[in-house]
Order: sequence, then structure tokens, then C-alpha cells
Amino acid sequence: MTAALHAVPDDFGAAAPFPLAGTEVLADASGALILPACGALIVSDLHLEKGSAFAQRGQFLPPYDTADALARLEALIAVWRPEIVVSLGDSFHDGAACARLSPADAARIRAVTASVRRFVWVEGNHDPAPPVNLGGEVAAELALDGLVLRHLPAPGPARGEVCGHLHPVARVRAAGRSVRRRCFASDGQRLVMPAFGAYAGGLNVCDPAFAQVFGRTPDAWIAGPRRVWPVSARHLCGD
Amino acid sequence: MLARPASDPSSGLPEPFASWFAACGWAPRRHQMELLSHAQAGRHVLLTAPTGGGKTLAGFLPSLIDIAAQGGGKSRPHRLHTIYISPLKALAVDVRRNLMAPAEEMGLDVRIETRTGDTPPSRRTRQRAHPPDILLTTPEQLALLVASENGQGFFGDLKAVVLDEIHALAPSKRGDLLSLGLSAIHKYAPAARRVGLSATVRDPALYARWLVPQSPEEENMAELVKGDPGAPPHVDVLVSEERVPWAGHTGAHTMAELYQQIRRAGVTLVFVNTRAQAELTFQWLWQINDDNLPIALHHGSLAVEQRRKVEAAMIAGKLRAVVATSTLDMGIDWGDVDLVIQLGAPKGSSRLLQRIGRANHRLDEPSRALLVPYNRFEALECDAAREAVEEGALDGEDPKAGSLDVLAQHVVGRAIGDPFLPEELFAEIRSSAPYADLTREAFDRVLEFAATGGYALRSYDRFRRLVTGKDGRYRIRNADFAARHRLNVGAIVEAPMVSVRLAGRGGRAGRKLGEIEEWFIEHLSPGDTFVFAGEVLEFVGLQETDALVNRSAAENPKVPSYEGGKFPLTTYLAARVRARISSGDWRGLPAQVCEWLEIQRLRSIIPQPDQMLVETFPRANRFYLAAYPFEGRLAHQTLGMLLTRRLDRAGLHPLGFVATEYALAVHGLRDMSGVDLQALFDEDMLGDDLDAWLEETPLMKRTFRNCAVIAGLIERRFPGMEKSGRQVTFSSDLIYDVLRRHEPDHILLQAAWQDAGSGLLDIRRLSDLLARIRGNIVHADLDRLSPLAVPLMVEIGRESVHGDAAEAILASVSEDLIEEATRIDAPAA
Repeated sequence: MTAALHAVPDDFGAAAPFPLAGTEVLADASGALILPACGALIVSDLHLEKGSAFAQRGQFLPPYDTADALARLEALIAVWRPEIVVSLGDSFHDGAACARLSPADAARIRAVTASVRRFVWVEGNHDPAPPVNLGGEVAAELALDGLVLRHLPAPGPARGEVCGHLHPVARVRAAGRSVRRRCFASDGQRLVMPAFGAYAGGLNVCDPAFAQVFGRTPDAWIAGPRRVWPVSARHLCGD
Repeated sequence: MLARPASDPSSGLPEPFASWFAACGWAPRRHQMELLSHAQAGRHVLLTAPTGGGKTLAGFLPSLIDIAAQGGGKSRPHRLHTIYISPLKALAVDVRRNLMAPAEEMGLDVRIETRTGDTPPSRRTRQRAHPPDILLTTPEQLALLVASENGQGFFGDLKAVVLDEIHALAPSKRGDLLSLGLSAIHKYAPAARRVGLSATVRDPALYARWLVPQSPEEENMAELVKGDPGAPPHVDVLVSEERVPWAGHTGAHTMAELYQQIRRAGVTLVFVNTRAQAELTFQWLWQINDDNLPIALHHGSLAVEQRRKVEAAMIAGKLRAVVATSTLDMGIDWGDVDLVIQLGAPKGSSRLLQRIGRANHRLDEPSRALLVPYNRFEALECDAAREAVEEGALDGEDPKAGSLDVLAQHVVGRAIGDPFLPEELFAEIRSSAPYADLTREAFDRVLEFAATGGYALRSYDRFRRLVTGKDGRYRIRNADFAARHRLNVGAIVEAPMVSVRLAGRGGRAGRKLGEIEEWFIEHLSPGDTFVFAGEVLEFVGLQETDALVNRSAAENPKVPSYEGGKFPLTTYLAARVRARISSGDWRGLPAQVCEWLEIQRLRSIIPQPDQMLVETFPRANRFYLAAYPFEGRLAHQTLGMLLTRRLDRAGLHPLGFVATEYALAVHGLRDMSGVDLQALFDEDMLGDDLDAWLEETPLMKRTFRNCAVIAGLIERRFPGMEKSGRQVTFSSDLIYDVLRRHEPDHILLQAAWQDAGSGLLDIRRLSDLLARIRGNIVHADLDRLSPLAVPLMVEIGRESVHGDAAEAILASVSEDLIEEATRIDAPAA
């Protein structure tokens, strides 16, 4: 089942395996999804250059969000050594984001896309036409290992769909305290990826937007920092 | 506003003032005349006088006399003569009322107006074009005025600035904002004199310096004028007939006695330290209010209309008692109060005096106050407070170095109001006392932060918010940035709040009862009950920013435990409590408390004044290490975290700790009696251990969020759209994480660190403690717990979880996932 991965890290503690519409997937604590059978690593909603988008409006968020996301992606690639890396849309915060990339970050992206056999930029609503000069290929959607990978969730039921866009977070309450973190949202049939971007905000999985996708509040695979906690929908609460 | 009854008709005042005083049957007080002569010589004055001493009139008298002397009648051109700054909007309104009466009686042609957040935009515009003679306003409004164009035209004629309740402003970030505003005014009206007013400052010299413009050559001080002391207040500590509890902060055992006190007095103000205590006390009093006495509730979370109703009823003499938090602490005259009751420890003598000052706003009659301790430690603290008031000893915070986030906000404001050369603005800012020692390097970094974010990467140079022209002056880039800055002015960052509303028909939001911190609501599930606005309410659900509730008849409501009441003991009372315990002379304390201390002496150790007692003992399969620093809950919490970390490293496997205002205890599975205590409490814990803890503590993130909002990195609101506090919290945490990883010495992290030293983490206090106890730790190795340790044991079980609490919470709900996984695996229908 994991044959296509060059190396499955010994430490499985950081990733939770579960079946998604018949395909075995691994939810990594970093917010990446691994498809072991085809050696694919999927990240979503990188929102690169979100910091500089705000800076243009005079709100000077630290200009390190792109470098931060790239460093985490590089580390993941070094650990999992995937065949294919998929950036599942909204890779760039806006259409002009590429123009704002520092030369160092642009070079870094080219190195990343060149470091794997196949790097796919899936089109998102923030970046309908991902850049061509940074390496990798562009696709509207992608079929891998029996799953369909696209940015926006399709309207109506979509068994085997992996999408992004919604930035799911889950809140859990216990002992008079609460924890709110990014999560994978899934009902076992389809899955919404957490946002990978350093400044990406989140939408609670109890929001009606998720019920539209799943027909109910989905279960959550709550990410990080060192492992993934699968939590049933009935333990999740709204904001 | 009152002055002493006339004994000498030749007052030395000009007309119509002399006649007016005489007609009222009053003579001006000595301090009023002293202040007047200093003012007429153009000197700055700090006036300290007890409540009821005519401070406000003293502050305004020179201005009124000066304005009256200008003459010219109705045709006189009105110019801004005096600005009055108050920490409370309500106080500004109250002062106007109290000032208008004599002005009208004397027939003075003087325009006195308020300018607060509630002032309609049309009037604000008119005030800018045609300023009143006397403008009564707040630090925030002043910051807006100095961030507006043509400051010279507006402030040029200014003769005086009056700063009321200066002790409540100077030591805070609002004080920094105010001081910077004054430094800008100083540029336009260098001769304007300043008057500071307060009833309770610990060290007048520090405030006398804070008040006046500083210069690089010398330290400038205001003249000190001291009012005559009033009759000393009668302060008693309630010796309860009931059993005084070991711990706890509810005061249930005192309610019957409290009620009898209210019955006997004419009008009583009952002060408590937290809104939760206010709600509880109010509930309990009504449960035993057999005489149906009109007893009301007043705290900052109640809807404004509700508060105004209570205030009006109070002034009209329709109430017998009000249960209140610090919202009633300040200045405003609530009419004839006979008795002030302080429930729970008063935390400081200045704070207590301020509250006692609410009773009997007349100088020559003693105020009456009763302190009601909630537990045995508080009995000691109440006694220490009584003693301090008797001696006239004051405490409270001193003004401190200005914060960098407020400075960043001010720099942007100045770039809007008056484009500047860096060296000019640097000199202007250094005239503000909190920033007198600001280095040029720090200033340049703050300026760069305001202009481009100040990052080492310099990647935002092309997006500059402040631009420089050919003249080299910094100015705001465009009107949009200016408008957004104005919406973010201020140095108070409120915790995110939600409105509490009755659920109307069809689940729609109905009448608003007040506001409550969002985090408290987050901890409620639909169906939970809590006490709010004097009623038991059932939580229905959250709808946008409204918490919908129904009235409930539940017997045991969950109690709101709001933030805001968590101030530590001031060092002053802590030192007195320590001294009292170690003196061994416990006369005057309640018998139950004496007995408690006597047993402590027999069973363990009563430490000497300069010593800190540490006890180790086993109890119920656990081992305990208890320390008694008496430095307040905040410092103890930080200390507890650090000790736990060090004990963990020493292989002693601590499980957790509890911290109270007076002591802390670490518990674990191994005996800690053999630990080298001098090494454990060594000051080096403030190095790496503290850094490591700061990495993970949410308190630090909260501190950073406040700095980021004040400095303008995160905006409170955009024109036309209110960003909810929840979103701000979330994104600032992400920014904090990224900044710490990539630029840990950024100026904003430095600002947050500076705050942590005195704010939520109280590191400064902790560092003083560690220095104090070096070589002075006395250890009692016991076979069972001591009397002093009992209150700590009561808290165990309510402690913060050691280690990664968030992970523990997730683990607790994650366990049933094997079953869940099976369900998810089932074939699709």
C-alpha cells in the first residue's frame, strides 16, 4: 500500500491514517495529506504573499509568511520524499502576488517544484491562473488514486473528492477550557483540507458552509503540533 | 465642588468670585488660593487633596478668573483657554454640570463644552472651528485632536491643562498616550501651564515630574500643593460571628451580617472586586431582603441605560444600597452615602481610600467604612489595609517608562496632524516624562515601524505608510490611511465582548441586558445557566455577536467568572501582611485567625519578615512543596510555571501547581524535601526557563495582541466594517508565531516583553521577590500539611493543568475514535 513512497517515516505519530472513500490516506500534523499508494503529498491554501497584500494597504504584517510556508513544505518533502506534490489552489493570495515575491522566495519555489517528479498547481479562486515561470504544471483538477482533487467543493454529493477553500478549524471544549485549531474535515466520503498558509484564517466546521458540503457537520482530524487528533462531530462546537 | 464655610470674608479673590463665595457662605480654602497664586505666576501645580476638598474648583478657579478678566461681554471672541482631561467620559459630563452652576450664578460669559466619544460629529466639527473656552475631554479625544491638521490654530491660545484623577491615568498606557498628546500641545502653546489633581498618589514627586514638560538638561517638577487632611475615616474590619472560611472568594457566610449593616445605615455602597462577586452578592442580598429594601447593582458589563438608571436613582436618594465594582470608584458625586462596605480584600490602601471617599463627600465629617474579609488570609490583608489607612500611608502604581506601542500610534498621528522632521519629533517626544529617556535608536526603530513595519527584510519599503517629501518631513501617505488611523486611536484594548440579549420570538434577538466577555460564553453550552444583570439566565445560543438567553428559575446557576478582577495585591499591603504574620503580635485580629496562626507556629514555622517560608509535606499519595511569597496571584502563577519546569528537569515529576494571592504549591509523585531550595529559587530562572515558557503561554500572545492593536499592526476596525474581536485574536496569534520564528528582536516583540514585565505576568514583581529571598529561604519539612497550607489544598483541583493542557483536552475527546473509525469505514448508503 505504501509501495510508491520512497520512504515512509518511522514516526507515524505525526500522521493519522484513515480510509477516504475506499482510499487509504494519511493526515499529517502539518496539515498535509499523503496518498501513500501513489506517493502524493497534498497541501492547500498556501496564500503566499498574504503579508505583502496587507502591507500594500498599510498593514505591515511580518513579511515572512511566504518563507515560513515554503520552509514547512520543504521539510515535508524531505521527510516524505513524495513523487507528486499538489498545491490545491489559492497557492497565491491574489493575482499580483507573484509580482511581489522576493527574488529569494521565487528561487526557492522553483527549487521546490524541481525537487519532485511532478508538481501540480491546482487553480483556485484567489489564483485562477497560477504562474508558469515557477515550475510545475497547472491543472483545473486532478484525479489520483481514485480520488478527485480540486480547489472548490463541487455542489452536491461528490464521493472521493479532496478540496480546499474553506480553511476548516475545529473547536473542542473540555474541563472549562477550549482549543481551536486547524483540521481536516471529512465524513469518510470527501475531505476538506486545512489551510497551509502562515496567516490563513479559519472557518469553524460547525458553520453551515460545511453542512452544505457534507450534509452534516463533518468529523475533524485536528492538526498538530506533534500529532493528529481525530474527533467526532458530536464533540465539536461552534465559535 | 464645596469649599469650607466662610470664617474670613476678605477672601483675596477678585469680583464676581469674592461675592459669589460670600453669597454661598464660603471662603476659599488655603490650597485653592495657593494653586491660584502659582497659576497666576504661570507655574505647573500638582494638587493632592482628600476627596471632598474642593479639588476640581481649585483646578478651574484660575482659568475662570482669567477668562472673566478678559471682559468684552458677549462680543468677546471665544478661544480655547483650558483643556480638562478626565479618565472617564461620565466624569467630564459631571464636572461640566458642577462648573456650569457657579459660572451661571456669577454671570460669567464662558463656554464650557465636553468632547467625548459620544459627542456628535457635527458638534466636534464646530468645536474645531470655534473652540469653547473650556473643553472637557478624555486622553483618546486629545490624541485625535493632535492627529488633526492645524494644531497651531486650535491649540495656539491655550493657557491651561487640568488633569483630573491623575493617579488613574499616569501609570497606564492611557497615561502614555496622554503624556504624548501633551508634548504635542506643548509645541503649539509652550506657555500653557498644567494642573494635576489627585486624592491618592503614593509618591507625589514622581507625579510632579510626570506632569510637566521635561528637558534634556534638567529634571522639571511641578509645584506641590497639598490640601488639608480631612477628618480621618473610621475603618473597621468585620469580625464575623460565623466561621471564617479557609479559602474562597464568595463571602456567603457574611451575607446576614452584611444585610443588617445595610438595614442600619441610611445609604450604603457595597464594593466588590469582580463582577462575578457583584452578581452573587446581589443575588444573595435579595434572597434575604425581607424588608424589600431598594438595593441595586452596578458594574461595567451592564447595559448603559441600566447603569444610568441606577445612577439617577442613587442621586435622587431612592436607593438604600448599591452593589458595585470599580465603576463607581471615581470622582463622581453620588450624593449622601453613609457607609462604604468593601467585600473581600481591598488590595491597596490608595484603592481603599478612593472607595471610602465615596462616603460622605464632606471633608469635615469622617467617612465610615467596613471591610469584610472572605477568608483568613484576607482577614490579615483587611487588617493591614485598616492600619495603612490609619497611618495615612498610600500605595499604588508609580508612573513608568512609556510603552513603545503607544509611541508608534502617536508617531503616525503626528504624521497626519503635522508633518515632522525626525529630530524635531524626537525632541518633542522626549519632553514627555515617560519618554524622557527614550534613546534615538529606539525612536528610529519605532519611526521605521510606523513607516514600513520596521522589518529587517525591508521588503515593505515600497508600501510606505509614512512618506517623506523634498522637505524631509514625514507625512501620512494618503487620506485613507489617516482615516483608518483615527479609527484605531486609543490605548485600551477591550477583551472581545458579546451582547447578552433576551431571545425574542422566533429566535430573534430581543432586549439587550449588557455585555460579557466572549471567552466566558465560549465555555457555555446551550442550556447552561448563569447569573447576569442580577438575574439567572439560560444560555440559548450564539447569534453573530449576540448571546441569546432566556430567564431561568434554575436553583444552581453557573457563576460568571469574568476577567478584570485579577489585580494582585500591591507590594505595600503584601509587605504589611508579611510583617504582621512574622511579628507574632496578632492582637486585634479575629480569634479564629489568631488560633490559625498559633497552630502554624506550633506545627511549622512563622517566618521572619525578610524570610520566605517553604514547606514540604506528603498528603494522600502526593508530595507537596508550598511557598509563601505574598506577591499576588500573577507573580505566583509565573513562579509556579517556572518552578514546575525546573522540578521536572530535576526528575521530580511535578504534576501541577496552584497559585493564590498569598502562596503557591507544587504537587507531584516524588518527595521534594531534598531539593536544593536556594538553587530552585535562583534568579537564573528568569533566563532560559522564562523564555521557554513565554514561547507557549497564551498570556504572552494576549499581551502581544494588545501591543499589535495599539501599535496599528492589527486594526480594530475599518471604516464601515467592524472586525470582530475573535478574528483579531486569531490572526494576531499567527503573526506572533511567525514573528517569533523569523525576527525575534522585532520592536513589537520588545514592546510585548516590556508589558509582560509589569502586566499579565508580573515578572518585575517576581524578579524583586527572587532578589529579596536570596539566602533567606526557611524550610519546614513536615509530616503533614500546615494550617497556612490548607487554603492552598482547597484550590487543588481548580488548578491550571501542567504541561500541554490543549493536548490533554484533545486527547480526552479523541479516545472514542476507534468506534468512530468503524462508523466512517461503513459503505456509503
